[in-house]
Amino acid sequence: MNKIVSIICGIIFGIGLVISEMINPEKVLGFLNIFSEWDPSLAFVMIGALIVSTPLFHMFKKMDKPLLCSNFLISNVKEIDKRLIIGSMLFGAGWGLVGLCPGPAITSLALFNISSIAFVFWMFIGFYIASKFNA
Amino acid sequence: MNIINFTPISALTGGLLIGVSVILFFILNGRMIGISGIASNALTSKDKRIENLLFLFGLTLGPLICRFLLDQEVKISISNSLPLLTIGGVLVGLGTRLSSGCTSGHGISGISRFSLRSIIATITFMTVGIITVLITNIL
Repeated sequence: MNKIVSIICGIIFGIGLVISEMINPEKVLGFLNIFSEWDPSLAFVMIGALIVSTPLFHMFKKMDKPLLCSNFLISNVKEIDKRLIIGSMLFGAGWGLVGLCPGPAITSLALFNISSIAFVFWMFIGFYIASKFNA
Repeated sequence: MNIINFTPISALTGGLLIGVSVILFFILNGRMIGISGIASNALTSKDKRIENLLFLFGLTLGPLICRFLLDQEVKISISNSLPLLTIGGVLVGLGTRLSSGCTSGHGISGISRFSLRSIIATITFMTVGIITVLITNIL
């Protein structure tokens, strides 16, 4: 059942990225272009997601366990450290350069766009490099 | 500042669907969605690998369903050269794993939980993203 939930949640998320046009880097770069020609759409995507997920998360987090598995797996890290800040800065730079973040990048693989395929390849190289920092 | 290309209704609708996906995954599978985490774990960890890969596969079905079932046009435009895509890709992969989250993991899931870490991460990557666009506009 968890596997079916995974694929269905992936589909709903992917449709959300297409309908909101966040799959298109031009739209994302338009949001980051706040000082000249600004497209505020991305803020509305976040508002839309948060008005659903925030109240329901706080309502359901009191459950003993999830409906279809034995326990919740939620991060309890609280530390604000160098890794968090430097990582977020590197991510912001790459995001501002191309306009793709992991969700839209992977979703756009379905379109067989050579640029997005190249981006995803190098993003996975980045994941791999980061996994070596943990060792 | 001029406001252009603003599409509030489709943005809000897409956002609501993303929120529904996040909350269903939480209530049923017990995890908060972060796509950089799901993707990098699918690469580097055996734990829940099938679940993670199926989620990513589901993502790629999104555009196909929109195109063939909902008859919605799906277009993307990427103007970067290959060296820039390489730099951007590595920065996004490395940065999201060092900070343990991306736009979904920190920006949506983390903020929903009122995680201070995620709020700081989101402000940081958005600010740096805005500065990066500002610089590329000048160059």
